[in-house]
Amino acid sequence: MEYNAGDYDVIVVGAGHAGCEACLASARLGCKTLVVTLNLDSIALMACNPAIGGTGKGHLVREIDALGGEMGVLIDKTFIQIKMLNTGKGPAVHSLRAQADKRDYQSEMKRTLEEQPNLDIKQDEVTDIIVEQGECRGVKTKNGAVYSAKTVILTTGVYLRGKIHIGKISYEGGPYGLFAANDLSESLERAGLKLMRFKTGTPARVHRDSIDYSVLIEQSGDREIMPFSFLNEFENLDREQISCWLGYTNEDTHRIVKENIERSALYGGEITGVGVRYCPSIESKLTVFPDKQTHQLFIEPEGRETSEMYVQGMSTSLPEDVQVQFYRSIKGLEKVKIMRTAYAIEYDCIDPTQLDLSLECKGINGLFCAGQINGSSGYEEAAAQGIMAGINAVRKIRGQQPVILDRSEAYIGVLIDDLVTKGTQEPYRIMTSRAEYRLILRQDNADRRLTPKGYDIGLVTEERYEKYKDKMQKLQGEIQRLKSTVVSPSPETNMFLRERESSEIKSGITLYELLKRPEIDYESLGVLDKEKPDLPKLIGKLVETEIKYEGYIKKQQMQVEQFKRMESKKLDPGINYFGINGLRKEAQEKLDRIKPDSIGQASRITGVSPADISVLMVYLEQRRRAERK
Amino acid sequence: MVIREEDTITAIATAPGESGIGIVRISGLCAISIAARVFRSVSGKSLEQLPDRRMNYGHITNPDDGETIDEVFVVAMKAPYTYTREDVVEIHCHGGNAAVRNILELIVEAGARVAEPGEFTKRAFLNGRIDLSQAEAVMDIIHSKSDMGLKTAVSQLEGGLSRYLDEIKDKLLSIMAGVEASIDFPEHDIEEQTRETLLEDTRQAVDMVERLLATSSGGRIVREGLKTVIIGKPNVGKSSLLNALLRENRAIVTEVPGTTRDVIEEYINLKGIPLRLMDTAGLRETDDLVESIGVEKTRVYMENADLVLLVLDAARPLSKEDRAILDIIKDKRSIVLINKTDLEIRLDEREITDRYPEWPVIHMSLVQDRGLDALEDTIYNLVFSDGIRSSDAVMVTRVRHEDCLKRAKRSLGDAIRAMKGGLPVDLVSIDIKAALEALGEITGDNITEEIVDRIFADFCIGK
Repeated sequence: MEYNAGDYDVIVVGAGHAGCEACLASARLGCKTLVVTLNLDSIALMACNPAIGGTGKGHLVREIDALGGEMGVLIDKTFIQIKMLNTGKGPAVHSLRAQADKRDYQSEMKRTLEEQPNLDIKQDEVTDIIVEQGECRGVKTKNGAVYSAKTVILTTGVYLRGKIHIGKISYEGGPYGLFAANDLSESLERAGLKLMRFKTGTPARVHRDSIDYSVLIEQSGDREIMPFSFLNEFENLDREQISCWLGYTNEDTHRIVKENIERSALYGGEITGVGVRYCPSIESKLTVFPDKQTHQLFIEPEGRETSEMYVQGMSTSLPEDVQVQFYRSIKGLEKVKIMRTAYAIEYDCIDPTQLDLSLECKGINGLFCAGQINGSSGYEEAAAQGIMAGINAVRKIRGQQPVILDRSEAYIGVLIDDLVTKGTQEPYRIMTSRAEYRLILRQDNADRRLTPKGYDIGLVTEERYEKYKDKMQKLQGEIQRLKSTVVSPSPETNMFLRERESSEIKSGITLYELLKRPEIDYESLGVLDKEKPDLPKLIGKLVETEIKYEGYIKKQQMQVEQFKRMESKKLDPGINYFGINGLRKEAQEKLDRIKPDSIGQASRITGVSPADISVLMVYLEQRRRAERK
Repeated sequence: MVIREEDTITAIATAPGESGIGIVRISGLCAISIAARVFRSVSGKSLEQLPDRRMNYGHITNPDDGETIDEVFVVAMKAPYTYTREDVVEIHCHGGNAAVRNILELIVEAGARVAEPGEFTKRAFLNGRIDLSQAEAVMDIIHSKSDMGLKTAVSQLEGGLSRYLDEIKDKLLSIMAGVEASIDFPEHDIEEQTRETLLEDTRQAVDMVERLLATSSGGRIVREGLKTVIIGKPNVGKSSLLNALLRENRAIVTEVPGTTRDVIEEYINLKGIPLRLMDTAGLRETDDLVESIGVEKTRVYMENADLVLLVLDAARPLSKEDRAILDIIKDKRSIVLINKTDLEIRLDEREITDRYPEWPVIHMSLVQDRGLDALEDTIYNLVFSDGIRSSDAVMVTRVRHEDCLKRAKRSLGDAIRAMKGGLPVDLVSIDIKAALEALGEITGDNITEEIVDRIFADFCIGK
């Protein structure tokens, strides 16, 4: 039955958001790549909400883009609404969020994959990974194909032994009516990987015309569009946007849910997987926050050409009849027609502490994992891991050092470090609060942080790199100009300042110093800055941020320097931690399991104390001297 | 976890207890600049300009108010030829607990961190100073000492400190969770903190930190004595009170040199509490107290007083002088002593009890030896009801805790300034998080995880 179907450098299992970025990165770096997916029509499927971005997530998309990834470019092409969130809260947490035309996004991604040289696409189910002497050598499929490869990237999403729950009814299945992948889990276990069982869910999709919009609150997009991709200018992306709608649950809704809570899969005991705190079902919300009188819901269009609407906030594992009841209890949804029923889904994933920072399995050479299989959640988190796994799978083949972004360089670094160092007990979502240096990890400087890296890696095109260099030059030039432009304490100047309730000046002051005042902004320097060059608006904003928050940015940069010093004290993966005198037993076990890359990473392992770190540093010094002798 | 291998550290290098000379040692990148901030050499030159490895005579002074703490010899030793191979400064001061502690605190204030047990030795090793053969011993030191340190810390944390600390952390976590939830989940109907509530909450947190820091003066009381000022108009019995207290209790030191001669200072040990009694009787008394002794001078003594003993004459109604004194001490923790109750009573004490209901009032007759026990009990209870308790065993960790608390306070101050300066909330949160991290160093918690947990515990968030 089996036959040899071909040789590849890199095989990617799954074509969701992680898989797409992974196979594109690999193929673009010149490796012969195969991507295998259960269904070609579900490439880059947004199985849950039709949106990309949001706080932290938007940062990830910008970073993927800065490295030469695809997600930002495609969402710019296919969004039907876009919004900059948190604009009132300061530059570090500005975040882009877009509603996508789901179908459009999928077709664009499919076309991108199809047109990509070096990339083969195949519809099939991978049932086995081939592991020989600790090396991953390829995969086998349901149709009997055996593909050999130098490296394999698993991006299996929620498909592994996927199980759908709707009340007491449950069946094998993937998301969105697709099939589950039932065989691969066993193969992974045979290869020695430890699996976990996680749970997630999605709300119902309802018919656009069955909603009474007059009682809902309209949520429209930004008039001035900020693109996700650094390749785009906002002037070019203008288009007609579609609104979302905000509604609220009420006492009736809560009563119906509570009366039927025993019939939910979650509270009826059917589900054993661990659920997500930030993506709770309505039954969890009511149980955990019994005093909250009302919960909000957003009704989001799934695209321009479809009547399906996504009801954000109302995910549930209650039976279908209860779903209809409680959805219809909501003002505006009295006559709602559910087209797709809400469900909870359980799936297998791996304990991500089995990976190193390059996303390669520590026990299996050449096997990489990215996305939900690593216990994360979200399209953006998946894509971020996907591009890194793609890059590192290629570098592995070429004998190059892996590219590891650290916590001070990118949210991608925070995400991967959290996953592989601490593991996760629930589907992991990125949050800006997880980043220690978020004033440095802004969405507006992702290119500055990562594009030169992406260029060195080989993913950033000349076009992108030139654009980046030009932008940096303009930025530096403008900051320099502001530093050397002095305004005199003329009546005109002081009138300008008085109008802005800013204190008047008695002697000359540079524009740079003036911009540090919160009440003065770059755009409206007006009369004070008659020689202002005509720069793109984005650069102006960047200039302003860099100047206004310079003090805080410097503070964080100093912390980053300390952080970097600890990260640069490398730990050999071959260290026998059990042989180090003075380490506590718990620390020995944890260090042995995680095999941290550096003292810095070791210090972030739960269960490793400052005293253990001291011992490790002493041990390192001891070894260094022994080697010198 | 916070690793601060790059910090400048300090510790008392001499053994605790009475000794002729005490040495405070500083090591690290900023050792010399930090010492320079508190050292005034006789030559007037900054420590940074003085020659390396030479004893320099001068004074340690508080840079904030110019107060002289002690006369000292200071030696600066530049890296790498030092014990730790970092810049090292040693301050040789007078022995005994008070001087070295005060200097240590000042240096912490100036930017150093109190060293962990064994940290100097550890640095010496890490910087290549100690032999390989000594490495094992270093490991042992780190381990045994940090274990010991941990025990001390825990024993202290089991007391009132941990309770206060938890309250502050709880407050800050709730502020942070609010800020972060609104940042990370902007579309959710989270009750948005206004700048005003945020400012108010942060101020409350500062108050809490200050209150906790104030209890740490319990430690200061143990080493320096409870500064107790006896005040009252002439001939009410101040000297008799002082003498009676001295008779009853063991005097520790008599006459401290270097303080003003206007005030008589005596140290006594009252039921284990060291009391530094200051009798203003030494002030020149004239007919008109208000005018001539200089209200100002009295005020100065009052400023640093932990406790005021106001002596009144039961036989005379409240006079203009009494009222003037009351006005000076109105914000102080005071005990009202109504002396001469053996005579006919003409004093209407309601005027005092109505205005200062929180002040204990004790009737006494020093001539008849009455009321002294009641006074001693009252002082004892006042000290202990505040949870002001300390012992030498927890001294080092306590200074470390103070260090953390002070940094937390500084960060919260930064946060308040940022808010007032109109800076956006994500910047403000950086300072608040820094404060939480400073507190987290005392308890060793992972603040980021706690914030994330708190967000989900406090707010209903999700798709």
